[in-house]
Order: sequence, then C-alpha cells, then structure tokens
Amino acid sequence: MSRVVVGAHYGLRDWLAQRITAAIMAVYSVIVAVVLLFGQPISYPVWRDLFAQGWMRVATLLFAASLAWHAWVGVRDILMDYVKHDGLRLASQVVVLLVIAGYVGWTIEILWR
Amino acid sequence: MSSAAAKKTRPKYLSLTALLFEIRLPLPGWVSILHRASGALLFLAGVWVLFILDRSLASQDGFELAKHYLKLPLVKLSLLVLVWAYCHHFCAGIRYLFLDLDKGVDLKTARLTGGVVIAAGLALTAYFGAMLW
Repeated sequence: MSRVVVGAHYGLRDWLAQRITAAIMAVYSVIVAVVLLFGQPISYPVWRDLFAQGWMRVATLLFAASLAWHAWVGVRDILMDYVKHDGLRLASQVVVLLVIAGYVGWTIEILWR
Repeated sequence: MSSAAAKKTRPKYLSLTALLFEIRLPLPGWVSILHRASGALLFLAGVWVLFILDRSLASQDGFELAKHYLKLPLVKLSLLVLVWAYCHHFCAGIRYLFLDLDKGVDLKTARLTGGVVIAAGLALTAYFGAMLW
C-alpha cells in the first residue's frame, strides 16, 4: 500500500514531544509528591521557601513548559476529533494557544515575582 | 478511499438505550476515554490551580486565605476530582508509554493493566485525599 506523505511531519514530532514532556512531568510530579508528603508540614514560610529555591523554580518552569506543549498536542487532538467545522476548529485552537500562553506567562510571574 | 467497501452501507445500532445499556466499552476503552476526559479537565482547571498557587505564594494572608478556601466542602470535592484526574492521567499515561514500546499489547495483559490503571488512579486519589485532609 502506498501512502502519500504530506505536511511538515509535525505529527511525529508532536507525538514524540508529548511523550518526552510526559516523562519530564512524571519525574517532577513524583519529586513534588515526595516533598509534600515526607517534607515539613506546609506552612507559609515552608511553602514560600520551597518556591524561593533556584532548583524548584527551574524545575517548575520546566514542568510548565512541558505541560504547555503536552496540553497543546492533547487539546488539539480533541478538537480535531470533535470539531468538524474548519473555522470553528481553527478559532478554538487559537483560543487554546492563547490560554496556554497565558498559563505559562502567569506561572513565570508567580515564580519570579 | 472511494473503494466499494468504504461505500457499503452498514447497519447502524446506536440508539440511546443501546449506548447506555447494550454496548459495553471494554476496560482499556474506559482507560482511554477517561484519559482524554481527565486531560481536558486538567487543561480547563489550570486557571483555578494557578489562581490558588498565586494567592498562596503571594503573602501570609494570601496563604491563610487559600488554606481557608480549600477547606470549603465544594472546593474540597472539586480538588479531589482534580486529584483523581491527575492520578488517572498519570497512571494511564505510563501504561501508554509501555504500549508505545510494544509492551503489554496482547489482549489479556492490556485488560489486566487497564484494570490496574483504573484501580491505581482511585487508590492514589484516596491516599492523597486522606493525606490532604
């Protein structure tokens, strides 16, 4: 069976990206779960100091960046499956991209306020 | 795609009662649709999570306010749903990573791991729920 290859191969790239970002977020999730469950009880100073540390800020930013790409691929897949009208789908995708950009921007603002 | 097979009319069997009571989604199918639903929910809930994180890190007052807010019954329940969504998405995602590597693709194993994923998602939710409150 012959297949016509079209597009810019973004399918494979995004498929792979979704899996790599998933692995990054899984590692971060386990670290945070361990800190929350086995670290000091969370009071404001503990909570603030946790996010004041350089490694935690960088790790959280890496998590946010991974989440952005991962969520974009996932939500785009959902929209491609269910929204059949081209214009409506394109508009939804633009809204989703804006929301994701907003999430990342807000995360940076929270981390480096 | 214009082959005769593709154009053959097939009987449809999709009444509401059929969907609700007769067509059974196999266990890996439940894992799959719940993975999608939990993913969509986590995306939509991002604004809420960021809002709480923002307030809790802003100041001592903000932290106390967030703490008080998270004790409201409806908020607790919503957070628990979100914790479940995260745990299920996490467990199901790990299963998919193994499936991508051709591990556990035979029917028997796939059904078994599907059940394990659903159970693990619920167990982790119960564990975190108990730890949080």
